[in-house]
Amino acid sequence: MSDTYQRTLPILTDDNRHFWQGGKDGHLLLLRCQDCLHWVHVPQPRCTNCLSEALKPEPVSGKAEVETFTINVKAWGKGMKVPYTIAVVALPEQPGLRVTTNIVDVDPEKVYIGMPVEVQFEQDDDVWLPMFAPVAG
Amino acid sequence: MVDVVISGIGQSAVGRKVDRSGIAMTVDAVLAALADAGLDRKDIDGLSTYPGKMNGNLAHFSPVGTHELIEALKLKLDWYNAGGEGGAQQAAFLNAVAAIKAGYARHVIVFRTLKEGSGSMYWQQAAGATVQRQRMGDRFEYLLPFDALTTINHVAMSMQRHFHLYGTTRRQLGAISVNARANAAINPEAVFRDPFTIDDYLNAKMISTPMCLLDCDVPTDASTAFILSSAEAARDLKSVPINIEAMAGALWSAASWDQTDMPHMGAHDAAKQLWSRTDLKPKDVDVAELYDGFSFLTLTWLEALGFCGIGEGGAFVEGGQRIARDGELPLNTHGGQLSAGRTHGFGFVREAVIQLRREGGNRQVPGDPEVAVTSAGGGPQGGCMLLTRR
Ligand SMILES: [Zn+2]
Repeated sequence: MSDTYQRTLPILTDDNRHFWQGGKDGHLLLLRCQDCLHWVHVPQPRCTNCLSEALKPEPVSGKAEVETFTINVKAWGKGMKVPYTIAVVALPEQPGLRVTTNIVDVDPEKVYIGMPVEVQFEQDDDVWLPMFAPVAG
Repeated sequence: MVDVVISGIGQSAVGRKVDRSGIAMTVDAVLAALADAGLDRKDIDGLSTYPGKMNGNLAHFSPVGTHELIEALKLKLDWYNAGGEGGAQQAAFLNAVAAIKAGYARHVIVFRTLKEGSGSMYWQQAAGATVQRQRMGDRFEYLLPFDALTTINHVAMSMQRHFHLYGTTRRQLGAISVNARANAAINPEAVFRDPFTIDDYLNAKMISTPMCLLDCDVPTDASTAFILSSAEAARDLKSVPINIEAMAGALWSAASWDQTDMPHMGAHDAAKQLWSRTDLKPKDVDVAELYDGFSFLTLTWLEALGFCGIGEGGAFVEGGQRIARDGELPLNTHGGQLSAGRTHGFGFVREAVIQLRREGGNRQVPGDPEVAVTSAGGGPQGGCMLLTRR
């Protein structure tokens, strides 16, 4: 046990390892149907569009747009650093393809809906968390 | 009309901390509901609750399930059920109505018990806000690693998007919290009763932008109980039967907080389904008791139920006159969960029954109301119910 806040991490399985460890090689990997090319996130046993079982992790561009966000001000536990920005970002690969993340490397007050962001990874133990930061320039 | 009525209502003491066990409070509420209906426990043949007994870190969220009550009252049941997945907290009502309609039961106890006032930090342990590393493997694994630890964060994000799309402001939304407190001020059962102004609201502590402390309801110790009866079985009872005109718990959008087209959430689906099951229209509603675990959910329900257009909720509630006790749509007349305490969906149904029976005392809405709408949840799960006195 340490004195600092420890974020909850996922239990890694064959179904989710691509998402949580793709960042090791710098890629945000999501499941994609090899039959109809539909992206499936969060991971499911079959393609949610055509029900094919031929799902394979593929890299997305890593570009995204802030769909919505909140600046969490309250510290919910001992040692939590606040404020921090939680966001749902929309990925351009497919309408409705979105992930929950943190917006990093920016003053929370500067974050806005529609802000272009791109993925970067933060390693914590054996997990590479996909975080998003404003597109440089 | 589903030919099922609410024949009895009961509630335990409600408070930030009530010095009674969860089962003792449940028995208090159930005995009150039985007495209200004029029924004996021997008349009861069904039991329904939300979400059922929970243990460990979540014990305070639901300390009592069907088994505890069956044992405590030695009930002999033809049908019983508990579950936390369905049309939000109103799933317990939907299930009871279905059982009565199927002929599986005639008089069903429906209850919900919480000890969240006594254990309001339960979520903190459950969410892993701790110096001890936790790992988890359910759907929340895509939320918690980003410290999206509480429902507050998710509702705040839906709220932010509503503000962005429609220009809704905190000053507008705050009217829901101010209104709730004004109603609580004349409700002796309410937990928080000191009125506050819109400026107090605007100055309240920010929790997760744009949501402030006064957008959040009050964790309490509480048990609320109802008797639902088939209309035929209720004919000779002493209480004024309140008809369940229609109810709905549809979910056509996503079952998770972040995979939906925010701010569109389950409330919209349930509300649409509700009006498809009745000839009544929003304009027929005399009083609205709409879920306010967060004030923004109430705004969501107002829009979803068609009291105003989508995106017009802010202007609808602004200033509070329209939703006041003497306004065109009296809203959350007991103070809601925001001020009367988190009875978790059930207090709204109880208040609707009280208003339709015209037993509201000094908080009774004028004009002898005949139609009330109630709702629960509104995020990935939502349920709503239209009640009539006719
Ligand atoms: Zn497919």
